Amino acid sequence: MLAFILRRILQSSAVLLAVGLVAFSLFRYVGDPVNAMVGQDTSMEERDALREKLGLNDPAPVQFFHFIANAARGNFGLSYRTSEPVGRLILERVPATLELSFCAAVFVLFVGVPMGVYTGLYPKHWSSRLLQAISLIGISLPTFLIGILLILVFAVTLHWLPSFGRGDTVRVGWWVTNFLTLSGLKALILPAITLGLFQLTLIMRLVRSEMLEVMRTEYIKFARARGLTNRAINFGHALKNTLVPVITVAGLQLGSLIAFAVVTETVFAWPGVGQLFIQSVQFSDIPVMAAYLLLIGLFFVLVNLIVDLLYFAVDPRLRSQGGSARVAGH
Amino acid sequence: MAAASNNQPLLEVRNLRIEFPTRRGTLLAVDDVSFDIAPGEVLGVVGESGAGKSLTGNAIIGLLEPPGRVAGGEIRLEGRRIDNLPYEEMRKIRGARIGAIFQDPLTSLNPLYSVGRQLVETIQTHLPLSASQAKARAIELLQEVGIPGAEMRIDHYPHQFSGGMRQRVVIALALCAGPRLIVADEPTTALDVSIQAQIIALLKRLCREHGTAVMLVTHDMGVIAETADRVAVMYAGRVAEIGPVREVVKHAKHPYTKGLMGSIPSLGVRTERLTQIDGAMPRLTEIPPGCAFNPRCTFKGQRCLVERPNLMPAGATRAACWLHDSGGVGAPILKETVDA
Repeated sequence: MLAFILRRILQSSAVLLAVGLVAFSLFRYVGDPVNAMVGQDTSMEERDALREKLGLNDPAPVQFFHFIANAARGNFGLSYRTSEPVGRLILERVPATLELSFCAAVFVLFVGVPMGVYTGLYPKHWSSRLLQAISLIGISLPTFLIGILLILVFAVTLHWLPSFGRGDTVRVGWWVTNFLTLSGLKALILPAITLGLFQLTLIMRLVRSEMLEVMRTEYIKFARARGLTNRAINFGHALKNTLVPVITVAGLQLGSLIAFAVVTETVFAWPGVGQLFIQSVQFSDIPVMAAYLLLIGLFFVLVNLIVDLLYFAVDPRLRSQGGSARVAGH
Repeated sequence: MAAASNNQPLLEVRNLRIEFPTRRGTLLAVDDVSFDIAPGEVLGVVGESGAGKSLTGNAIIGLLEPPGRVAGGEIRLEGRRIDNLPYEEMRKIRGARIGAIFQDPLTSLNPLYSVGRQLVETIQTHLPLSASQAKARAIELLQEVGIPGAEMRIDHYPHQFSGGMRQRVVIALALCAGPRLIVADEPTTALDVSIQAQIIALLKRLCREHGTAVMLVTHDMGVIAETADRVAVMYAGRVAEIGPVREVVKHAKHPYTKGLMGSIPSLGVRTERLTQIDGAMPRLTEIPPGCAFNPRCTFKGQRCLVERPNLMPAGATRAACWLHDSGGVGAPILKETVDA
């Protein structure tokens, strides 16, 4: 178990290094940082001196090493656009994105899984068929369209919910939160639904098909033959056996909720890292883009690590592998 | 046969019909099957795959898989009709009054729950025991089915047990709440031959000790001969012959049973060839008129082609064959050479 975790952490570091390499190549191949820093009338000598001072004449591996070493300390340099430290810029924006993604994930799991269980248990019921049909819409409509439609209905027409921004926020330490004010909570609803709808339908369909599969197994039939209650069978035996594949996909989806918040944040003018990234792209603000890339890579790797650990919690067959003796009987 | 205080059978199956509605029409998979099981008795049910023996077992535990359904007849347990009970009523009987054992111990147990948890949840579903009492009973049951180190093994997961051990756990699960009847559907088919005998001996011993009756569904005549008190031979959804196991094995009265017995190799007796029954059991869509066995029967007459025989007394057993009717099989069939 411990060996497994160590191995996974090593693998994760390798993945992060690879992401770091991509981020680093942004600096080298997308535009010239010196051009971006100096004015039009700077002489070639001054440019060369700056280049030397910034370490841009060092061999690429050395520069990469410096980049990674700095990144590990949270030092991503200064933004070309605002001249603020990139680390601080991103840290200011991270809470907004994480809170949005968290709400979307809660929405996805707490609505999607029960809907999947229901449609899996009663696949022929009319309401299951209706949910299936609706989920097709969720899968096929693009995120930005859903966002705009929601704004049109709930903000413009009904005036129930705000159409953009985070509403009133409260600062707790360096973390700026939406959760402590009513207007902040109201502001979360539409973006979270927009962000989560696609994943919700995906999870629902996955849980449904897994449920259908599990309900056909012998151990479910044997559980019935033992006279267990439907509740114990459906939500104990069956649901738990659908969890392993669901956790895998849910983990990946959670990562992409954070990464693909870009579109939702743009539609709802949500001041998160996704919006920051879009602005940075417009200004070729490479340090911010590189840091964003690394941050998303980090989230993905962390989520996957947690998913791997959850496997152990769910499936005893994995726990006993490597080490514990398989007791041979006859 | 264990004698009950009154003469009421534990299980009565009367004229059971099981249908499968399909797009091409309704298939009759079990047709007019009747038999009794006395308290403590082991009834073997043999037949080829598709003869309807497993379906009959599933109907008794109330777990026919849709679209299959009981279309007629009655099933009574201790005099109480159980084939038309609502799901929840039947659930309380399953596990408590009727236990079940399925074919494959590798897939009968939930891989994500420990053996102890599956035992305890079954015990607590049916008996008013506390968690610790239920656990004590679970350990007792594991000891009883011959699992060494039961106190320790109770926390193990199914994948940590071998196939034979898992089937022992399955038997323990079936016995959890002290049922009066166990429906064992091919309990040894998925196991190694050397383990089959152990499991059968265990099942037999436990049921004798607990006074539990068994409906043993199998296609293995050897298992039946060793275990059962009586045997029912099924063919194409009907009972072809039923009677005490010794009589059926030694003096089979139905031509199908005779063929079945002739196909069992026995050590010591050196015969030139094992007999085999030509042809195959008809599909449910193609059951011929008259006796369903007539295309394969070497004794058939004209009557067998048109009239369907019901069970009738034949020596010490009851067989569904016109050979044992005073009217006989009718005029011989001329086209084929019949050497009766």
